[in-house]
Amino acid sequence: MIHRPKAIGLLDRAILRGAALDAVRKLNPRDLARNPVIFVTAVAALLSSLLAAGDLATGGSVAVEGQIAAWLWFTVLFATFAEAIAEGRGKAQAASLRKTRTETPARKLASADATTTTAVPATSLRAGDLVLVEAGDVIPGDGDVVSGIATVDESAITGESAPVIRESGGDRSAVTGGTRVVSDRIVVRITTNPGESFLDRMIALVEGAKRQKTPNEIALTILLVGMTVLFLLVVVTLPAFASWSGTVIPAVYLVALLITLIPTTIGGLLSAIGIAGMDRLVRFNVIAKSGRAVEAAGDVDVLLLDKTGTITLGNRQAAEFIPVPGVAERELAEAAFLASLADETPEGKSIVALARERFGFHPDGLERDALTFIPFTAQTRMSGVDVPGQDPAGRGLRSVGAQAAPQAAITEIRKGASDAIVARVGQRNVTRDLALAVERVAKAGGTPLLVAKDARVLGVVYLKDIVKPGIRERFQTLRAMGIRTVMVTGDNPLTAAAIAAEAGVDDFLAEATPERKLELIRSHQAEGRLVAMCGDGSNDAPALAQADVGVAMNTGTQAAREAGNMVDLESDPTKLIEIVMIGKQLLMSRGALTTFSIANDVAKYFAIIPALFIAGIPQLQALNVMGLASPQSAVLSAIIFNALVIVALIPLALRGVAYRPAPAAVLLRRNLLVYGLGGLVVPFLGIKAIDLAVTALGLA
Amino acid sequence: MDASGILQIVLFVGIVVAITPLLGGYMARVFSGERVALSRALGPLERALYRLCGVRPEQEQHWTAYALSVLTFSLAGVLLLYALLRAQSWLPFNPAGLGSMPPDLAFNTAVSFVTNTNWQAYAGESALSYFSQMAGLTVQNFVSAAAGIAVAVALIRGFARRSARTVGNFYVDLTRTTLYVLLPVCVVGALVLVWQGVPQTLGAYTEATTLEGDRQVIAHGPVASQMMIKHLGTNGGGFFGQNAAHPFENPTPLANLIHMVAIFAIGAGLTNSFGRMVGDVRQGWALLAVMGVLFLAGVAVACWAEAQGNPALAALGLDQPVNMEGKEVRFGIASTILFAVVTTAASCGAVNAMHDSLMPLAGMVPLVNMMLGEVIVGGVGAGLYGMLLFVVMAVFIAGLMVGRTPEYLGKKIEAREIKLAVLAILAPAFGILGLGALSIVLPAGAASATAAGPHGLSEILYAYTSAAANNGSAFAGFAANTPYQNGMLALAMLIGRFLIIVPVLAIAGSVAAKKAVPVSAGTFPTHGGLFVGLLVGVILIVGGLTFFPTLALGPIAEHLLLATGTLF
Repeated sequence: MIHRPKAIGLLDRAILRGAALDAVRKLNPRDLARNPVIFVTAVAALLSSLLAAGDLATGGSVAVEGQIAAWLWFTVLFATFAEAIAEGRGKAQAASLRKTRTETPARKLASADATTTTAVPATSLRAGDLVLVEAGDVIPGDGDVVSGIATVDESAITGESAPVIRESGGDRSAVTGGTRVVSDRIVVRITTNPGESFLDRMIALVEGAKRQKTPNEIALTILLVGMTVLFLLVVVTLPAFASWSGTVIPAVYLVALLITLIPTTIGGLLSAIGIAGMDRLVRFNVIAKSGRAVEAAGDVDVLLLDKTGTITLGNRQAAEFIPVPGVAERELAEAAFLASLADETPEGKSIVALARERFGFHPDGLERDALTFIPFTAQTRMSGVDVPGQDPAGRGLRSVGAQAAPQAAITEIRKGASDAIVARVGQRNVTRDLALAVERVAKAGGTPLLVAKDARVLGVVYLKDIVKPGIRERFQTLRAMGIRTVMVTGDNPLTAAAIAAEAGVDDFLAEATPERKLELIRSHQAEGRLVAMCGDGSNDAPALAQADVGVAMNTGTQAAREAGNMVDLESDPTKLIEIVMIGKQLLMSRGALTTFSIANDVAKYFAIIPALFIAGIPQLQALNVMGLASPQSAVLSAIIFNALVIVALIPLALRGVAYRPAPAAVLLRRNLLVYGLGGLVVPFLGIKAIDLAVTALGLA
Repeated sequence: MDASGILQIVLFVGIVVAITPLLGGYMARVFSGERVALSRALGPLERALYRLCGVRPEQEQHWTAYALSVLTFSLAGVLLLYALLRAQSWLPFNPAGLGSMPPDLAFNTAVSFVTNTNWQAYAGESALSYFSQMAGLTVQNFVSAAAGIAVAVALIRGFARRSARTVGNFYVDLTRTTLYVLLPVCVVGALVLVWQGVPQTLGAYTEATTLEGDRQVIAHGPVASQMMIKHLGTNGGGFFGQNAAHPFENPTPLANLIHMVAIFAIGAGLTNSFGRMVGDVRQGWALLAVMGVLFLAGVAVACWAEAQGNPALAALGLDQPVNMEGKEVRFGIASTILFAVVTTAASCGAVNAMHDSLMPLAGMVPLVNMMLGEVIVGGVGAGLYGMLLFVVMAVFIAGLMVGRTPEYLGKKIEAREIKLAVLAILAPAFGILGLGALSIVLPAGAASATAAGPHGLSEILYAYTSAAANNGSAFAGFAANTPYQNGMLALAMLIGRFLIIVPVLAIAGSVAAKKAVPVSAGTFPTHGGLFVGLLVGVILIVGGLTFFPTLALGPIAEHLLLATGTLF
């Protein structure tokens, strides 16, 4: 059972309390400097406070000035609060993980064959160190199992309560720090240095101070800085232009104008949006190694999806018995039934179930002791059963065991992949009809399983790949979003084509090898496309590294986890689709709030400009389209609106804008309408409403 | 506005739209180095020029080399023109025996013509010899226009190419544009103007005796040849001080129409060349649509403002208080307004009326046209690359809203492009607001404004806007020829030209090097009505709002005061 980290309410009280404290702590100039727009706001707040203080000292009235200064400080605080609250949510997710890290003792081995260990703190381990971990111990760091086999409880990281097996070599050698060994003992080679582990990276991604800005965020910051400089130029030159008509503008009004014009809304929320995007991924139990990868996910043009587990249910199911001419279906079904009795794989169970359904065979009442089950091995690639007695006439074998015939004669029933069975019975026993039946199954996208009784092939069991319900619709959605889906499978082209058609993918790569996968990714990239894929095995590592978004399965090898830029803790390859959506939502949230922020300026201009000049040129009252009560209340209302809108938009920044998959043109129309047009209209209403309140309360 | 006025506007717009694909297609072939109809005749000349100048036409330039070539070529142009103007009195073709220009004015004029601004702090007929007009100004009219077009072509190549290192060869672009585009059109156009009555002579000024028996000197000269390139190359520097209001420059309604069409022809055509060269003509039409929306909005506002008439005249009891002050009676309101909006939209700066005398809000339209960065058709080349800078901004601001890294024509718009676009948009704003404010604060600058109150502010604002936007039109009533203004306005012109060109070429180089993302349903569409609306919005908000406070203090205040009967 997977239990995802509990969704934290948007207004979780504990987080709000912590965030309020952090918001004040973030007023540290060094922290503020990370965000140029808010830094300018803080300088403006300081400046207006000094102006107000100066006026107070000279005995002037500072009622409005003081309020403006206060609201400027609130603007800064609201921005730091937004970041703090996003961080708080992320930290809450990471906190439980971090707990496991602190104070973990480790038993370090001097060498692989050393017998004695020294106790050291986990935090001192470096890449290459060897540690011994026994039942009950917490694994002190990320690493590879170099010897031994153990069951490990990874629920702390994945939420998956069933322990998993970790063993040296192969694709299940990677272990994660913070997980607990339940049985046996393993020697682990640590692969990360302190501060670089998975958990550390995850924590760093949701903490504003350590977070690296992503490429789009950098570009956006440059734009915001550019606009700030532009409006700074406007405000600095304005007294000169006003002096021509002999108008003197109070300095605090100029400061207010500057702050309402510069993009404080998006500036204040930018970092919260980024953190919240990471946090959404974490809640999906996916850990990105960098913000860059999350952004790239939104840009993905091609998704490489493994067939098994992603497009089809991991297990195939028996759908039909196809006997060769001269063999009754019942005989084939019975042989397949017996051969699958001990087969615990989903395929085996489905054969038993089908035989039972068609002919009423029942596993009970069988003399199992007489049967010798031959398990599947990688060498023989078949499984089956040895039944005492012979049944040349094909009357049915189920009774044979019961008779317990003393003869040493044995009937060998085998089922397996077609080439394996053919190799066993010899090419001469393969009839044309059999070949046709095999081909028919393959063409339909199924897997043919041959059943042989001694040297006689009875027929084919049609194992059908079951395409996941609803996956076709998801691919349609992806297509509408402009994303191509490519199914990757080891199947032959015939089978692959049939499943691809059934699932509705755009393309497929059959008989895939790691090399061909890599080649496919490179060819897409050469055409300018961004490719996402997921993988788990060591041989996936080059492709994962090459892909723009490589999602490694947590159950995979350390090599795969190093190569990918995200790790899915639940090891669910279908999640690639959600990851793309989260990436898109992150970018959209940024764009929407930027557009909203910039569109806001129109109304603010109409609030402040008349107020600034009305003393010198009373006729400019005509520009006061909102009919604000007085210059003082106009400026104050604009600055209050500017501050409050940040708070009002925090939930949107944290949740991300509503996202329904659609073509870009549709998304653009909808978002432009909501955030562009909305951004134009809302502040007119908001500033007017605040002005009414300010006047009613007699604040200005 | 009467029916004939509306008809003139419709006719003008119709002609521009009709020639856009023709000229655009032709220019696209010229820029791509293909053979055109004139290749047979001009090819040998083209090759001879390359040999003479040591240009290897097949060798393309990295954007840095391209930019360096533009800068060196322009610097050489300034020095040469400056020397020529200073030495005018010793040079031939000077029948009026005019003296050399003083240093500050010569510097201002040299910068003005090399930057395609054609701000004139002098009156041509009393300050320049025929030789200066032809070998100095007309030559720069051609090559400064060609240089602007070359920069635009380099930027187009940047968007059209994939993973490319180079953006073209500046000297080839310059030569081919001059030879195959500007010269042929000008030769034909000048002859048509001569037919309409524009003089073209090297003879001395004519002396005439008026009916009252007074002596009058009538200035003329090689006017037609300069007229055509002045408009086609959106230069705007008139032969006479009165510019296109002078009957020898603009003798007939047909000549007036030819002038206006010539101003828009290349700028509009370039949008089409752009569309063709990036492989999607719709992209070009979308840009032209944006220009069209802003242009027609300007025409509508200006016409409405003029049609209101002057309340001060109405107060005097006049029947039709039409504001004819500063206008040529020959042209009337419609042609005057259309010309004013066209010339400021397109960074030309030729005028057929005194913009100073327009109604305040009508006078604001030219000002806003220039403040928006001369992107409404704009200067030849400059209009297109200015518009593409706004496209980069618009695509970046709204493009994120479709959930992808913003891209334009398959090229991702990233930090580098944004940085450069922001620089290029900040530069002219600094030229207008920074230097404009300085001119108000410093007595040496403020003295140039002859009117008091908001109107005087508009005069100064207009001068710096015109210079920084490389327009060159004047609001009149502004004393331009002072050492302070000659120096500072030249600075504004240099900022407005080269602090945009260099970032633009850097963007060209940057996007040329990128791979192109193939178009899919996830691609932000940049050819539909929605994008046109978005781009108009971004231009108005980013480009326009910057200047709203100063406009409120200038023309808007004047308009509101005029309504109350206050005059300046």
